[in-house]
Amino acid sequence: MTDQPQHLPDVPAADDLTAPWWDATREHRLTVQRCDGCAAVQHPPRAVCLACGTLGGLSQVDVSGAGEVDSFTVVHRGPRPDLATPYTIARVRLAEGPILLTRIHPHQEVAIDDPVEVAWWDLPDGRALPVFRPLNRTNTTP
Amino acid sequence: MSATTSTATGAAIVGVAESDLGVTNLSILTLQTQAITRALADAGLTLADVDGIATTGVSRFSATQVADHLGLEPRWTDSTFAGGSAYEMMVARATQAIESGQASTVVISFASNQRSAASRRLGGVTEDHTPEAQLETPYDPLFPLSYYAMAAQQYLHRFGGTHEQLAEIAVAAREWALLNPAAYRYRAGSLTAADVTSSRLVSSPLTVADCCLVTDGGGAVVLTSLERARDLAKPAVRVLGYGERTTNTSMTAVRDLTSTGAVGSGADAFARAGVTPSDVDVLEVYDSFTITAALSIEALGFCGRGEVLDFIAGGRIRPGGSLPLDTAGGGLSYCHPGQYGVLLLVEAVRQVRGEAGARQVPDAEIAVAHGTGGILSTHATVVLGADR
Repeated sequence: MTDQPQHLPDVPAADDLTAPWWDATREHRLTVQRCDGCAAVQHPPRAVCLACGTLGGLSQVDVSGAGEVDSFTVVHRGPRPDLATPYTIARVRLAEGPILLTRIHPHQEVAIDDPVEVAWWDLPDGRALPVFRPLNRTNTTP
Repeated sequence: MSATTSTATGAAIVGVAESDLGVTNLSILTLQTQAITRALADAGLTLADVDGIATTGVSRFSATQVADHLGLEPRWTDSTFAGGSAYEMMVARATQAIESGQASTVVISFASNQRSAASRRLGGVTEDHTPEAQLETPYDPLFPLSYYAMAAQQYLHRFGGTHEQLAEIAVAAREWALLNPAAYRYRAGSLTAADVTSSRLVSSPLTVADCCLVTDGGGAVVLTSLERARDLAKPAVRVLGYGERTTNTSMTAVRDLTSTGAVGSGADAFARAGVTPSDVDVLEVYDSFTITAALSIEALGFCGRGEVLDFIAGGRIRPGGSLPLDTAGGGLSYCHPGQYGVLLLVEAVRQVRGEAGARQVPDAEIAVAHGTGGILSTHATVVLGADR
């Protein structure tokens, strides 16, 4: 669906904290961690709710996949030799609050506060990596 | 202003030195030994006087490694691993150890041969068991550069500045380096803002000229009690105050990229010292990137929120300016061995002693060294003053 890059990164295995988040990506569902007690949301997943301190009742809940560019940088010299440059790294503020580090894909010029929505890169092991594409009203991307 | 305040600590820096700098083809432990023994000689002390060691960047057991290498069995060690700000943190720890009587003579040191060894990686070092390895590294940000680049992008967007204005940090650093024979760029000639902005983009908006050098090098500082310091070879430089903040390891934890932990570390350090930014004669801040120094100057309170790009214009931070900044030439033009924080302390002490040669700031009595580590992760401020 999303035209994936030729050389996908090696992503370390999930652990007890991140497995529910990664499992949802297999179905292309983007989630954040929610506290049943106080309803606060957070990301990355943790063993404690940062808002109320509870250790139990933390679960992954779906988010809309909509967000805005908090900031971005276009990388012109990649850290791996097989990586095509330039590409755009961004911090995306999800509509639900948490911030993700991600890629803008396909690569294109963005601006701070631009609206974006989630897209997916499928990893060989069945997990998927969320990336974001601009909701560009005048220049719709395929 | 007088550096003697009622709140100042009971410790002083009595010796400072650099190791060989630049491209050395020497091992980390050889460079460490150079820095430590030269700093002790500067103080009129020897290895036999050392009973406290603070260092990092040698191995997993850094202070242990250095103690073994120097044949010491210290009563106190610290290997706080916090990137470039660790050495300012160690001044606080060492001061407390000296005040409490756990140690009498502490050496804080760092050295790296990253240039000779070609050990620097654009993507940084990843530890597979961390959340960042799963959730951030797969996107291939340059580490730490891309985080600082995003902070710069956000700062310029929010406060309406330009990259040309930000480039003044690198331009001024070069002017200072031209006065320092030990600087890597001593003979490189002046730099213009246009040179910076037209250099090769690495992670926008930052170019290669916004980024610190990659060199070998190291340094050491020796601390002891103020009482003993007054009997040693060089004028004592008092530790007046210190403060620190630790804020993040991930690229997503801090909501506002333009306001750093230096706000808190600086406020704590100035309060402890009983001075304000207007009392500071020399400011040594970590300039891993141009934006690092700019954000620190503002966060430490030398100017108001959103004002730093106007504040640094007009020569204020250059030689002869009213706020001399990074007077050795900074990580941008003097030396950047990876964790530059110890060299901020070395230069601050030399300025307060009046030993800085062509780059000496006249009548410098109060100097601030401010380290930044990681991705704006750790922030530590030390206020130093002449013993008058």
